[in-house]
Order: sequence, then structure tokens, then C-alpha cells
Amino acid sequence: MEIKDVEELALLARVELGEEEKAEILKDMKGILAYVETIEKVKLDDVKTDESLYNAWREDTEMPREFSSKLITNQFPDSQDGYLKVKKIL
Amino acid sequence: MIDLKNLTIEKAHRSLLKGEYTCKELAEEYLKVIKEKNDDLNAYLEIYEDVMTQVEIAEKKFQEGTATILTGIPLAIKDNILFQGHIASASSKILENYVASYDAFVIKELKREGAVILGRTNMDEFAMGSSTQTSAFGVTKNPIDTSRVPGGSSGGSAAALASDMALFTLGTETCGSVREPAAFCRLVGLKPTYGAVSRNGIIAMGNSLDQVSPFGKNVADTEIVFNILSKYDAMDSTSVPESLRKIDSKKDNPKKIGVPWHLFEKGVEDVVMENFKSSIEKLKNSGYEIVDINLPFSKYSLEAYYIIMPAEVSTNLSRFDGVRYGLSVEGENLRDVYMKTRGQGFGKEARRRILLGTYVLSHGYYDAYYNKALLVRAKIKEEILSAFEDVDIIATPTTPMPAFKLGEKLDDPVAMYLCDIFSAPANLSGVPSLAMPSGATPEGLPLSIQFMAPHFCEDHLFDIGKKFEQINQAN
Repeated sequence: MEIKDVEELALLARVELGEEEKAEILKDMKGILAYVETIEKVKLDDVKTDESLYNAWREDTEMPREFSSKLITNQFPDSQDGYLKVKKIL
Repeated sequence: MIDLKNLTIEKAHRSLLKGEYTCKELAEEYLKVIKEKNDDLNAYLEIYEDVMTQVEIAEKKFQEGTATILTGIPLAIKDNILFQGHIASASSKILENYVASYDAFVIKELKREGAVILGRTNMDEFAMGSSTQTSAFGVTKNPIDTSRVPGGSSGGSAAALASDMALFTLGTETCGSVREPAAFCRLVGLKPTYGAVSRNGIIAMGNSLDQVSPFGKNVADTEIVFNILSKYDAMDSTSVPESLRKIDSKKDNPKKIGVPWHLFEKGVEDVVMENFKSSIEKLKNSGYEIVDINLPFSKYSLEAYYIIMPAEVSTNLSRFDGVRYGLSVEGENLRDVYMKTRGQGFGKEARRRILLGTYVLSHGYYDAYYNKALLVRAKIKEEILSAFEDVDIIATPTTPMPAFKLGEKLDDPVAMYLCDIFSAPANLSGVPSLAMPSGATPEGLPLSIQFMAPHFCEDHLFDIGKKFEQINQAN
């Protein structure tokens, strides 16, 4: 891993990093990856997955909630006429 | 004056029923201690303004005769549990002013009981840490030795309880975040079975691992709180329906303890090892059968955890984007807003784990890291469940070392991660685990033992926990 990989990850993850921090994170990442790398070498025979899966999702239906839309819109960093305002995308 | 030091939930409940003191007097007694101690310890980030309104509701329950065991009992919650109309910041700058728009499931249950929520407690930012030093709002000190950490990430909740600033507290666990601070602050901490307590309204860190977890001053208090919070909730898709919680086998009290000695051959401080051996000896002398068990895959628990957890973190924390709530930093375009908000809003450890998660999930590394870690996790679960076919309880030390000094391990992430090496198997396999005091070092720092039981066998943990309390006191 090199500085440019850290830069790429930071861009992918949408996290701005200072120059100094990039070097610091590179050092930390190398240490952590050296630690977790053992996982690659673990020998596994067949992994049994005898759990039966079922759909835990509910139907998408309207239901009453104890909170008002005002409580949510009040948290918007920027709004106009009760609508969430964001920077233009196109 | 109420003797807070020796107060338990049951004692307080009896006194409130008899009218020896009122809910108001009890709450005021705790608020007084908070005023004296919190500036120094920094356990609470905020004392709620509506404490007395909550007290009135509790007193009414006593007048009407509808009071239950937790009515009027003062508690504290970790800063990642939503309480409607109150700030919940996960001790992060990015949520510094976020006001919860609804109650977490556990808050609804506590409100129903008429418990009194005094305030929210400090934690590692987004629950990422083992010492409560990554909070954006300062470190919390260990009340037993203020030059040391209280453990983490639920360190504020541990310190608040250990210094008599609440009668019980709630934390959350992803990997040891309640058991480790319980060990460092001489408390009992329970990580319930995954799916026992609803995660609805908890600011998520690792969804496949997170559980709300209570701290108590003793096993009985912890049991009372767990029994109230452990319920099916349709709002959490991983909450386990009541019909699936019934355990058919192993109804008897636990008698056989498995100890995976090979897991602590190295990396455990001598003082911890000696104490653990003597605890096992005491259990043996009290009639428990002790057997050596082998958990070959569990030695990779922490490595698997440090792949799975960052992967879930990077996904979870993508919702904090400066658009819908929380901090928003002005930028030239939308991407710039994201980059700046997340760059400035997240602390160092959160940024580190987001990047690590992005890496292990990226094309080219996904199979080598994330998929492999999932397979190892399945193996760990399999071997733990198969161990429970022979033994009733698995015992280990809770942590490899006692509470360390403030400032220590901060620049060595891996050294910090190793604090939770014995916590990981329970979180990865979903089984419940109880950490409890087992003695002290020569300088008076608390030591702790941890018990694990099969899924939904918390009763076994409470049974052995209460017996161990007696055995340990008698010696």
C-alpha cells in the first residue's frame, strides 16, 4: 500500500484527509493489515451453513409513527419551503 | 442521606415501596454526586433537563400502585441511544447537535417502567475504541484510579455507575465495549445473545455484532435490567421472535465449565493469569467440573473481527453525509460538501476504520479479506456451539490486562485492539457473555472473569455469576 492508495480510498469513502494524516493513516493501515492478514492463511475445510434463511423484511406499507415530519425537517442543515436543499447534482 | 455505595436496584425498590425515601429524593441524591464528581471524571456529557418530569411520572406510579422494579430507579444511557427530544451525538462532532426524533426500543421499555434517565454518557466516537479516549468531547477517567482509562467504548456508562452517579447504566457492545469497561471499573457487564435486545434506535456501528448491553453493580441488578429489555421487536429485523427463544435442552443449572487454555498461552499479563487460575480453582472447589477445551478457530477471532467490523462501519457511516442531519460543511459542489463534512466531522479512529472498511470491501480484496473473514466467523460459531454440546459454560479472563494509563496505546491501533481479544468470540458467534469482578491486582486495580453460555441461556450466566459472587466473597 502506498500514499496514492490511501488517497484513492479517501476519495471513494468521501473523506477529506490532510497531507500529514495521509502518511499517518498509511502507517496505521500497514500495521492493521499485517495483523489481519493471518486470515488469508487460515485453512478451512467445508464450512457448514445449516442455518435456514427466511425473509425478515416487512411489507412496505404506511404505518403511523410517533414522530412528526417537522422533527425530521428541523434537522435539515439547509432547507427551503420545508424541502431539503442540496447542492445541484448536474 | 441514602447509602448509594451499597444500594442495589432491589434495595432501592423496597425502600421506595415502603416510603423510606421518594423517587425525587433518590434522584436528587444522585444529582448531588454528579455535581461533585462529573467535572473531574467526565462520565456524563449531559444531564437532561427533564429529570424532574420523569421523577413525577415515577412518583405517580407509586401513588397509583402500578410501580414496577425499575420505577424511579435513576440510570444513565450511552450517547448512541436515541431518546426523543434529546441530543444523541455518538460522541462525534458530526452529530454534535443531533436531536433524536424518536425513542429507541430500550428507551420505550424504560419509560414504560417509569425509570429515571438522568443523562447521556461519554463514549469512544461511534463506539470505536477500548478506552473512551477517542470521544470528540474529552476522555473519561476511571473512578478507581483517575490516572487510568475506564475502558471503552462504553466508558462513560461504566465510570458513572462505578462512582455512584447512577444505579445502573446502559452501554452497547460490538466487541467487548461493555465487558471490558466493566472489567476495568469493577462492575458486572452483560453482552446479551445477538437478537435478544432490539437495536432499533441505536446508532449502528457493526449491525451483525451490535447489542445494547447493561452494566450492573452486581449480577442480580444486571439480570433485572436484561429481563426487562429482552423482548421481540418487529422494528428490528434481527430481533429474535419469542417462539425461537425457548431453549428445550439444558434446563438444569450449569455444572461443567470449559476453559480454552490454549487461547491465553501468550499476551496475557501474569497478574491476570494468576487471578484467572485461582478463580477456576475456586469454582472447581465449589463443585464445578472443569475441562480443557480446544477452540482452534477462535484464536483468529480478533483478526476476523477487524475485517468484518470496519466493512460494516464503512457502509453504516456513509449515511453521515452533511445532507440530512448533523454537521454540514459548505463546499463548492456536492462531493466537496461530502468530503469536507466527513473529513472534519469524523475523528481519527472513525476515519481510519472507514478507510480500512472501504479497502477490505474493494474489488480485488473482497474475497481475500471480507469473504474469508465471514467463513472464519462461521467456523468460530460452529466450534463454540459444538463445545456447548459438552460443556455448559466457557470461561476466560475478560481482558488480558487491567486498566491502563490515560494516553497509552493511542498511537498503536493494534495494541488497543488487543484489549478485546477475549471479547470477540461471543460477538462473532452471537452467544451471551457476562463479565464480573474476580479480584484485584496488588495495587488495587480490578480484575475480571468472563463466562459465555449458549444462545438465549443468559439464565445460566446469572446462575453461575451469583454463585461466583458468593464463592469469591467467602474466600
